[in-house]
Amino acid sequence: MTELLQLIRGVGVRALAVIGSLGRATMMWVRAMTWVPRWSELGLLIQQIYNVGFLSLVIIVLSAFSIGAVLALQFYTQLARFGAQEAVGLGLALVLLRELGPVVTALLFAGRAGSALTAEIGLMKTTEQLSSMEMMGVDPLRRIVAPRIWAGLISVPLLTLIFNMVAIYGGVVVAVDWLGADPGGFWSGMQDVVQLWEDLGKGMVKSFVFALLVTWVAVFQGYDAPPTAEGMSLATTRTVVISSVLILASDFLLTLVLYGDL
Amino acid sequence: MRTRTLELSVGAFVLAGIVALIFLAVQVSGVKIGEDDASYSVTARFNDVAGLRTRAKVSMAGVTIGRVQDIQVDMAWGDAVVTLEIFGKPGNLTTDTSAKILTEGILGARYISLLPGADDETLASGDEISDTQGALVLENLIGEFLTNLGN
Repeated sequence: MTELLQLIRGVGVRALAVIGSLGRATMMWVRAMTWVPRWSELGLLIQQIYNVGFLSLVIIVLSAFSIGAVLALQFYTQLARFGAQEAVGLGLALVLLRELGPVVTALLFAGRAGSALTAEIGLMKTTEQLSSMEMMGVDPLRRIVAPRIWAGLISVPLLTLIFNMVAIYGGVVVAVDWLGADPGGFWSGMQDVVQLWEDLGKGMVKSFVFALLVTWVAVFQGYDAPPTAEGMSLATTRTVVISSVLILASDFLLTLVLYGDL
Repeated sequence: MRTRTLELSVGAFVLAGIVALIFLAVQVSGVKIGEDDASYSVTARFNDVAGLRTRAKVSMAGVTIGRVQDIQVDMAWGDAVVTLEIFGKPGNLTTDTSAKILTEGILGARYISLLPGADDETLASGDEISDTQGALVLENLIGEFLTNLGN
């Protein structure tokens, strides 16, 4: 009987902890996002775009090229059996713009920049930089958290665009330059089917939502981490795990809402 | 000096994003810059559209000249009212144009084929194409065939 009570109590405590942190996260986000970058504070934002966006370029470009090349190779070998090699272009573009571009970019961003954000803010908290800022009358939410969230919101869609472009280039290199698909059919097939809003636009909507989720999780995990070495390592791991799961789950919901015809 | 390289890198990053956006819009989505994208819509009533979907193509002589904008059912008459978006300015279709629902390939998507008439007057925006032929539904054909066989 007591074990059962213990179990119920344990579940309750867990649930309350989850709901509580969700509430703290929401409050943090709302308070931070009332900060809109001013001209004089643009430097803070540029610094953060450099950290999370520019420095993620290498991994994004390399992954995009490999993914585009692999997709083209797979599409080509299967489609060649029906003599439809030119359809590689449209398959590649649709898959990338609608799904893989936004999702893979967000996953890579969570691993590359999200974890770094958590570690950085967590360390600031551990070394009490955040509380000393408060002491000096500077709101750390505005000075530290808000520029990072804005930088993420700007960088992820840009990275997604670059990812898509490089991946399509990778596909061109493999399908057209190497395997010899007809470039005319490749591009015109793509242009016939791909639509600006339906494919590119909705993909970018996804990417924007992912940016929101990843930066939110990353910054909150750092801000809320217990100020110990163990707490920090746990928080960084959590950032990657939670944001990856959130990206994939919300991708399904977004696809349902955007393309579901419900 | 440090801020300068920082600003340059971020600027280059944003620029790369914009270049990617233009590339994806123009080269991948096939958006034509500066092209006259005027269009108008006409309606057509069909007895059966059989799986015609919005955004299906409207073609004349095999060339795409528009898209299906909207499909509604008219309960009173029991037929489907299809709104067609025709590219270009009003005046390129005669009033006795006929519309037919066809299928691309054997299992392919349904599309609407327009056949021009010989009338001098042309369809204005919102006009209705009166000469229409709905989709052929295989089940109906088989049913008809069997009835004829019985006779």
